[in-house]
Parts: sequence; C-alpha cells; structure tokens
Amino acid sequence: MKHWEVVIGIETHVQLSTASKIFSGSSTAFGAAPNLQANAVDIALPGVLPVLNKAAVECAIRFGLAVGGEVAAKSIFARKNYFYPDLPKGYQISQYELPVVRGGGLPIQFGENEKLISLTRAHLEEDAGKSLHEGLGPTAQGRSGIDLNRAGTPLLEIVSEPDMRSAVEAVAYARALHALVRWIGICDGNMQEGSFRCDANVSVRPAGEVRLGTRREIKNLNSFRFLQQAIDYEVQWQIATIEDGGSIEQATVLFDPASGETRAMRSKEDAHDYRYFPDPDLLPLIIDRQWVEQVRAGLPELPAARRERLIADCGLSAYDARVLTASLDLANYYEATVVAAGRKNAKICANWVMVDLAARLNREDREIGQSPVSATQLGGLIARIADGTISTSMARKVFDELCNSGHSSSADEIIARQGLQQISDDSALTALIDDLLAANPGMVAEFRSGKEKAFNALVGQVMKATRGQANPQRVSELLRRKLG
Amino acid sequence: MIEHSLADIAQALASRRISSVELTALYLDRIGRLDPQLNAFITVDRERSLAQARAADERLARGDTQPLTGIPIAHKDIFCAKDWRTTCGSKMLDNFVSPYDATVISRFQQAGAVLLGKTNMDEFAMGSSTETSFHGPTANPWALDRVPGGSSGGSAAAVAARLAPAATGTDTGGSIRQPAALCNLSGMKPTYGVVSRYGMIAFASSLDQAGPLARSAADCALLLNCMAGFDERDSTSLDRPREDFARELTAAAGGRPLAGLRIGLPEQFFGEGCSPDVMQLIEAAIAEYRQLGAETVPLSLPNMGLSVAAYYVIAPAEASSNLARFDGVRYGYRAPAYDDLTDMYCKTRAQGFGAEVKRRILIGTYVLSHGYYDAYYLQAQRIRRLIADDFAEAFRQCDVVLGPTSPSTAFRLGEKAADPVQMYLSDIYTIAVNLAGLPAMSIPCGFAGGLPAGLQLIGNYFTEARLLDIAHRYQQVTDWHRQCPAGHA
Repeated sequence: MKHWEVVIGIETHVQLSTASKIFSGSSTAFGAAPNLQANAVDIALPGVLPVLNKAAVECAIRFGLAVGGEVAAKSIFARKNYFYPDLPKGYQISQYELPVVRGGGLPIQFGENEKLISLTRAHLEEDAGKSLHEGLGPTAQGRSGIDLNRAGTPLLEIVSEPDMRSAVEAVAYARALHALVRWIGICDGNMQEGSFRCDANVSVRPAGEVRLGTRREIKNLNSFRFLQQAIDYEVQWQIATIEDGGSIEQATVLFDPASGETRAMRSKEDAHDYRYFPDPDLLPLIIDRQWVEQVRAGLPELPAARRERLIADCGLSAYDARVLTASLDLANYYEATVVAAGRKNAKICANWVMVDLAARLNREDREIGQSPVSATQLGGLIARIADGTISTSMARKVFDELCNSGHSSSADEIIARQGLQQISDDSALTALIDDLLAANPGMVAEFRSGKEKAFNALVGQVMKATRGQANPQRVSELLRRKLG
Repeated sequence: MIEHSLADIAQALASRRISSVELTALYLDRIGRLDPQLNAFITVDRERSLAQARAADERLARGDTQPLTGIPIAHKDIFCAKDWRTTCGSKMLDNFVSPYDATVISRFQQAGAVLLGKTNMDEFAMGSSTETSFHGPTANPWALDRVPGGSSGGSAAAVAARLAPAATGTDTGGSIRQPAALCNLSGMKPTYGVVSRYGMIAFASSLDQAGPLARSAADCALLLNCMAGFDERDSTSLDRPREDFARELTAAAGGRPLAGLRIGLPEQFFGEGCSPDVMQLIEAAIAEYRQLGAETVPLSLPNMGLSVAAYYVIAPAEASSNLARFDGVRYGYRAPAYDDLTDMYCKTRAQGFGAEVKRRILIGTYVLSHGYYDAYYLQAQRIRRLIADDFAEAFRQCDVVLGPTSPSTAFRLGEKAADPVQMYLSDIYTIAVNLAGLPAMSIPCGFAGGLPAGLQLIGNYFTEARLLDIAHRYQQVTDWHRQCPAGHA
C-alpha cells in the first residue's frame, strides 16, 4: 500500500467584535429578534450606500501586526456577485486583488511538535444574513424566512497556506488562531454563535509527490471537533477513492456531524463565477504608517513574547507558560495573582491557577473572566500558604470560602474569622504533645519498640486535637525530640 | 409667474405677493391639464404637495426662509422620497414606497422647497429618450411626436412645458445635458462627488451624478446651491468647503465681460457626426462668445472616439451588479407564480425588467465574467484614464471646452428605439465627461426646424461657478433660453 501525504489549508471567517456593522451603523449584537438590527443599508434598499467602519479596519491592522504580516498601504474593496436570499445586495463587499493584510505566520503546537504555518492573506468583508427554514409558525409551512441581523457584520477572512499535514495540525492551527484573535481583542471567539468558522481545503498526494492533489473544500466548520472529524473522514474517503481507481473532482462539500461524513454540495462545473470588480461605492482603503503605529502601540504583548517572559521572570516551565497564555485574560489573571502573592511565589501561583482554580471554573463552566475568586484574593491566599500561616489543606477550605464569598472577603479575613491559622507556636504545641504522651503510654511504648506507624498515629492525634490547624511539620519535629 | 426666474419667484413669495400654496396649486393645475399629453410625471400627489406648501408658507410667514422656500420642484423618480412611490421608471419598483429620503430630497426639504411630483425617466436611467420607461414614453413639449431626450426626459419635459419651475435630474452619460438640449433648457452635471448619491437609485455608481434642470444658468446655480455638499453617507462625496455657485452671476451685463477667457474647440466635436443645422447654431454661439471677449483655441481630445465603447463596458458592468438587489425577495416586484428559488429569481427579473435593462445586465455580466474581465473591463478602465488625461491636457490650453451637446435635435418617438447602437451614439458628445468626472452644462443655443439645440460647456474639476457664469453671460445677450413651446405659455 502506498503512503499518502495529506495537505490542508484553512480559510477562517472571524467575526470582528465592533459595536456596529462594517458598512452601516446597525448594532452587531447577537441574539436580537430577526431583522431588528437591519437598517436601510443592511437590507439593501434602492439607493443606499456603504460607509466603511474604521473600527473594523483597526481590527485587521491589529491582526496583521500580530502575525507579522504586511499591512497594505492601499487595499481595495471588491464586489463578489452571486444571488442568494440572505445576500441582500446580490453581492458581498469583500476584498479580492488587494487585501488589507498579506503574509505573516502563526506558530502552532501539537504534542511535542512546533511548526510555523504561513498565512497567505487576510481580508475584510461583510457577513451575509441567515435563511431560516424552521420555527416560522404554522402559517409559514413550506416557506423560508430571512434574518438580516447578521448581514453586514464585519468579517476578517484569514487564509493559510496549504502547510498542514494532518487533521491534528489543522486543529492546532485553528486553536492557535482562535486564541490569537481573542488575545488581540478582535473577536469574541464564540464558535456556537458563529464568530469563528473554518473552511478546510483538503487534498492527498502520494508521499514524495511535489504537485498538489485535487482539493475538496469542507465548508463552515464551527467546532474544533467537527474540524477534526470532517478532515479525518475526508482524508480516508479521498485515499479510498483513489486506491479504488477513482479520481478526486474539485468540489465544495459539507460535513454532516450526525453521520460523520462529508458530502458534495457543488462541483467545479457549477462553481460560481463571482465576477469580482472594485466596488465603485467605496474609495480605496488607505492606511498610513501613523495609523499602523498607533495601533501597534495599543497592542497587548503577544502570546509568544508573554510566554518567554513568564519562563524568564516567573521560572515557569514551557508547558506551564503555554497553559497560562492560552488567553489574554488567563495570562493577566495569573500575573495579577503573582503580584498579590509576591514574585517568589510565582510557581505556587501557577499551580493554583492551573489546578485548583481551573478545576473550579471547569466544574462551574465559567471562563477566567467570570472567576468566582479574584486574582487579588487568590494571591492573598497563596501568600498565607507561603508564609506558613495556613496549611495547604486549610487553604483549600479558604479557597472554597473565597469562591462563595462573592469577591467580598480576603483570605486573611476568612482565616481570622474562622480561626484557621496554623498553630506553629512551640509552647502551645509542646503543651499539647505533653498531654497526649501522658494520656497514651501504650502508643509511646509501641513507637519505642520500633513501630514507626505509632508515630504517625501520634501526629494524627495532635492534628485532630487542633482540628487540623497544627503545623504538621512542626508537630513531627517536636514529637521526635520528645520521644528522642 | 411661470416665466419668472427662481430668484423672482422667491422674491414674490418673500413679499407675500403669492403664497406657496397658490404657486403649488397653479403648477398642479397645469400638470392636471397639460401632462396627459406629455406624460412627464409618474407620481403626483396633490394633497401631499399642498401640505408641504402650507408648511412652507408658515416658514415664509416666520421669516425662516432660504432661497428655495416655498418653490415647487419636480424630482426625477430615481430619488427616494419618504412615503412617495419611487419607481425608477421600472415595473420592478412600481409598488415601492420609499421609507427614507435621498440626501438630495432631504436637502430640498430642509430648504423648504415643495416636492411637486416624481418625473418620468428611462427605466433605471438606461436610455436617451425616456422611451424605456415602464410608464410609457414622455413627449417633447416642442413637438409631441418627438422624444424629450433621456434619461431625465420627464424632468426636462416638465420644466420646458412650465409644469414645474425647475427639476432635478441625474446624468450618467448625458442624462441631464441631452434632454436639456432637446427641450431648450439649462442643465448641469456637476463634478463627480459634488452632489451626494445617497438615496439616488444607482445605475453606474462611478458615473452617476445628480444635477439641476432649469430655464436658465442662474436658476441652475440656485438649485445646485441646495443640492451640493458633503454627505458622510456617500463615501464618494467630496468634503469641500461650501461654496455659493451663484457668486459670479451678479455682475451687470455689457462690455466684454469674458475678455481673457480661452474657449477650447476640440476637433472631435466639430467633425462628422453632428447634423449641419445643429453645427450652424454652435458656430453662431461661438461667434457670440467672441463678441463677449472670449478667444478660441483649437485642440484635440484624441481618445474621445473610444468613449462610447468604454462607457458601454463600464456602465453595464456596474449596473449588472447594482441591479442584483432587485430579486423579488425583500421589496418590489415578485413574479406571482414560481417553482423554486431559482425560478423565482428568473421569473421576477424576466417580468420586472424591460428589454434595455436586460440588455445592459447581460452585457455587464459578460464583461465581468472570468476570462473576459481583462479584455473588457480593465481595458475600458484604461481608456477612461486616457480620456481623463486628454481633458487634463486640454485644460492646460483652455479654460472651458465647448461643443454640441447632442448630434441632432429631438428625434421622433420610436425612431431609434429598435436600434440600440444609434441610441447609444446620441450621447457621443456627453459620455466622455462622465468618464472623466468633469462638470458640464448644456444651454439653449437656437432652433433648427423649430426644435431646440444645446450648447455644451465642459469645465475643469470644481469649476461649476465659472461654468455657470460663462453660461449666464451668454444668456444675458441671447434669449433662446426664454423661448417657450407653443401651447404651454
């Protein structure tokens, strides 16, 4: 059996988080009743004209800078002509020959591997509306509805080079891109609401072949799982087809999550001729250096730089640094925790954020931005662990209290209120131990006869007597000295 | 009153010698009496217009007036006007009532002008005779068996027949200037970007420009003062300081007021193709201008011969895309019966558009198609650049370019309807101006066989005030523009 190489390129539609649409003043908020966020321009009344929203351009500039691409000094809006009921003008305003961003690259990680995926381009365009085929009520049987709330929502279409060689790499790319667009604040990343949608161009070729195989494009994948499943299916289908003596026809296909299969939507023969031409209603988009520099100055530190800094300044492992830079909110939360806890406790902070807090968020299905405990609260708690005020097991109780306190209490307040301070004071512990030894001569004898177990039992007794507040390490030391 | 200039009407309104209601009623009555034989109007709404006139009278009484307050103005049915049926001369929009005002309309509303009615036009402004209108052709008041020109033929016929004191039009390849010439009016297409296109139903977006149709250059200046100005809703609108386009019209007549003016006479305007009787009138006008002190400069616009060909690639290309929104989905005409979505599109557009619109959509779709784009669309854009360069060179040698507006006087209804190329050639002198984006006027310069002819004046970018002055000087020493068609006085 021959070896096959898989070649994948991805086009991603990223909805930009601007307050208003790309060519009109309508709101872009998700979830309004149908057509309430569609004005004269959005529904393409006769005579209306588009006016470019500068905030959308700024998002594109941010992206171009973040991926090290070239932000074009001059780019052109073009009309992509086709008929569809949810496309009110009969054309989509997009960019064709001169996109706003060219080139750049995105580093991805999968398992232990790293790879740089090159980007072809990123261009601005408007989203279409939606066709509704269900839920229109009993009088609308057999009819379809159109909701134009989404029409005109700004999109950045990001096109990668065909650099990926497996579904795993494709998913790693999509995840990295998803994280980046959220990091730089240009997209809310909400995949269920369609804010981030991928099309995957997939082809296979015999290993060693230089020419690309014929590709099929899987449209509109809005989850990482579907992306993986769709590519896996498509790849095995293409290989099976060729090995059975067939050939691949260029086509656009849809993935059916229910069956896990892809099926052809249209072939090359009935592919649209979009008849692109420069939109005469819009002037060329001119972006001067000053604007670019202004945007650059407002960019947050990018994920790669942030990781390097966390490794150098906080002594984190590469793995920890990667986990803690999964999103800008998480990285900021982590660093704020470190500030509150003290830099020397950076590694304990990492553990708490990645383990205890992550578990809590996961259980409650929350994002870091909705954390029940603030970074200052958590940092305060960690400081008390580090200085020995409370034990780690006590700290977990305080953490739960903090989570339930609704950001109102500090760790110190809870510790004081509930008297949870660790007892490390030797005189108090010594008195306790003396009482205990006097009351348990049998256990003392057992220990002296060589049973180490008895020692642990004695420590346990002290802990029990102090309701866990005694410093277990100190108790051990004092006990050993007494029993010495 | 119907022969008064707009400035005189404004004076009469301001001094309360006549009310806006009386004036509006006078014109509405004339429309009721005379329009049946002309078909200049698509929509007249007496009550709505009179209500606006009453509001204008209140403003006049308060002294809250602008130059056009209380004056009824007819608007080409290409401008969306809130609560008015706005058809663009098409079956496709026959039932369309606009929920919003075009910027041009709202500017007239703010000035207190009265919307007198919506005028007939070639369907989606595609034509040079107003014969492609779904509402039937408009007749030329100078000869009822002849066309008024187009596509703003309804506006031109209405003003020529004194059914409106003045009107708006739009000019994509000559659609203001050619009907002005054929109906003995003064009409101006301003520099591209001077008047907002917002709410003006698009034909060819890079060429369309609104302008005035009136009985004199001075009236045009007053209308342009109202229409022009930056509009943030039109990205191609130009953000320039406001100017008074009538500022140069105040000087008294007499003497050699145009001394030093260099008038360019391009050989391409004076060769074959223009009827001899029209050319005779143009020559006479040139002599008149020499009397006024101007000198003439022979020059050449070497690429002008390519303008019709380039235009009939670019304009249909843009139109094919602009008219895609008329799909039966959201508003306008939808075929009553269809099998599925594609069938709905096909039947709606087959039934809703007329032949000339379909022809241009097909041409435009073809020239933008994969494999043809470079050969047609890009090539046409190159020619467009060359034509603009020709004019730039010409304006190094002269201040204004002069020639005929139309190669002939008004032709007979139906005469060219079956031959689109002959029809297209009637815009041979006007199209290059749109391709270059320049301002130009047509003014009356005499009669041939009882039919009016037009003189075209083309200026450099943003020289509207100068052009209006040059036209006005001519109108101070001639009275062609005062002639009124028989039966319409």
